[in-house]
Amino acid sequence: MLTFTIRRLILAIPTLLFISLIIFLLLELAPGDPMAQVPLTVPPEVKEKMRQALGLGEPMHVRYWKWLVQFFWIEPQVLFDHYFGTAFSEGKLRVISWQHRSPVMDVVVERLPQTLWVVGLSYIVGILIALPIGIYSAYKQYSIFDQAGTFITMIGYSIPPFFTGPLIIVLFSVQLGWFPFIYDTTHEVTDWDSFVYQLRQMIMPVMVLAMQTTAQISRYMRASMLDNLNQDYVRTARAKGLSEKVVVLVHVLRNSMIPVVTVIALGLPAIFGGAIITEQVFSVNGIGGQLIGAIQANDLPTVQTLTFMFAILIVFFNLIADVLYGILDPRIRYD
Amino acid sequence: MTDMSNTEPTTPPHSQWYDVWHQFKAHKGAMLGGIVFIVIILGVFIGPWLWPFDASYIDIRSRNQGPSWAHPFGTDQLGRDTMARMMAGGQTSIAVGLTAMMLALGLGSLVGITAGYFKRLDGILMRLTDLFLALPVLPLLLVMMMLFREPLSAAVGPERGIFILIVVAIGITSWMPTARIVRGDVLALKEREFVLAARSIGTSNKNMIARHILPNVLSPIMVSATLGIANAIITESALSFLGLGFPPDFPTWGRLLNDATQYLQDYPERVFWPGLAISLTVLSVNYLGDGLRDALDPRIRGR
Repeated sequence: MLTFTIRRLILAIPTLLFISLIIFLLLELAPGDPMAQVPLTVPPEVKEKMRQALGLGEPMHVRYWKWLVQFFWIEPQVLFDHYFGTAFSEGKLRVISWQHRSPVMDVVVERLPQTLWVVGLSYIVGILIALPIGIYSAYKQYSIFDQAGTFITMIGYSIPPFFTGPLIIVLFSVQLGWFPFIYDTTHEVTDWDSFVYQLRQMIMPVMVLAMQTTAQISRYMRASMLDNLNQDYVRTARAKGLSEKVVVLVHVLRNSMIPVVTVIALGLPAIFGGAIITEQVFSVNGIGGQLIGAIQANDLPTVQTLTFMFAILIVFFNLIADVLYGILDPRIRYD
Repeated sequence: MTDMSNTEPTTPPHSQWYDVWHQFKAHKGAMLGGIVFIVIILGVFIGPWLWPFDASYIDIRSRNQGPSWAHPFGTDQLGRDTMARMMAGGQTSIAVGLTAMMLALGLGSLVGITAGYFKRLDGILMRLTDLFLALPVLPLLLVMMMLFREPLSAAVGPERGIFILIVVAIGITSWMPTARIVRGDVLALKEREFVLAARSIGTSNKNMIARHILPNVLSPIMVSATLGIANAIITESALSFLGLGFPPDFPTWGRLLNDATQYLQDYPERVFWPGLAISLTVLSVNYLGDGLRDALDPRIRGR
């Protein structure tokens, strides 16, 4: 198992390098000049100095290497210093945002908790709703519950979050006035009332994101349960007199969870993509909102870093899915 | 004895595609989905010929109207007829969906068939597919839009430039599932007897792929085509919704939805129509794909 995990970990490195190269080249080969905004009255030699100061004068591979060093060596050092009070990163150049004139990672660290809270909570809520629906509709295949479930999940699949978002804002904020429709990021939980407020403002974004998750995972859960319910071991379990509850919830469920767990881990990156849109709809101040803001402000270092952060999240969860699959299904390990 | 002598088949022989159609008809959701999709396409492309208002005609005196007989969907903040804008937007959204789907399908089939048929290229092409699957698609699309929209708009005109950009961007980030499915099918097909027979009479690789492999992998390609349309329409709308799609005065469904959310507090009903159009199109295409998958699967067909 350990060698399997290590092999997967090593495979993740070229993937990350490839993605970083694609992102770098994309920004590099794009026509467009970061100095285009500089007024024409600035003399050319000053412009050239500014270009040097931004690090644009050097050849491409040197800049790629410098960026890699900044991202993979200096930024972790900063993190290390922050926790242990050491001074490894002192005087080293960090990735600086052109928009805020401060290190990109500082802003990311400020904003990441917002995204993780909303995304994480919505994913957990989605899974908790999806699993029982999937199990029950497989157990009662072609019943009214199953048919209705299929229809609702199909709808959940088809309605994009940028439509459900405004729709539930109209319904619950404008018409009914139950929930605030702008997410207040500066809000701090200090007592019971503020906790309730935090809960109320999180309900709608979480609901929108959870809907997509629920639709997808309950589909997989149902299909996987159906595959297992007709297996011989189920008949054996029934024949030896186990109760129906034990047969379904212990024997069948455990075997059916193998593909579903992978789908759960692999679905998380897509949810981060959905979070970009949801954050825009509900004005949540997370990294998705930061990415949109940076794109609008033409802030290339921030865009580069954030896109790469999303890539790291994807690769990381792919890795978790692989390892989980290996743990749950011994056949995979010896492949 | 009389019925023994009658060996003629009672029904005329019919082709494979007749069977497929027969099975497809039995799937009610797919039929309904197909009809809805055709109605949407016809409405969007023929509708503007019949509808008296132009999508860009500004009538400031009749702005912000609710639904009426003259304007069934109301008018927007500049007095433009929402119905006409919905039809114009639908043209763009569906055209983007179809073109991007075809590009993704072409790329995916090419990579899938090459990887499955030529063993030497299999490893490298599948690694490439895996790498592409690990890309953060939405952030990358946003970055591409940001970097290339202005140069391309300047080169070939604002609307056509962005159309090409969106189609290419969606196409090259969504071919991977098709490639995987096609490769799997080609690998299985290569072991079949008819391929061996064709090879034994000296069929060249080119003919082998064009005449024997390609027709047999058509059904998974068609199923991923339907999913590809849905995916492309949603992606385009998402980009337009985030303000990084088509220019503001150029309507698409995502753009209309984005415009409507700005007036959410005063005119909440405006959000409804573009959202409904996107959802209905995607839902109908998904059902269409569901029925197509059942109809093209010979194990299910005939039951």
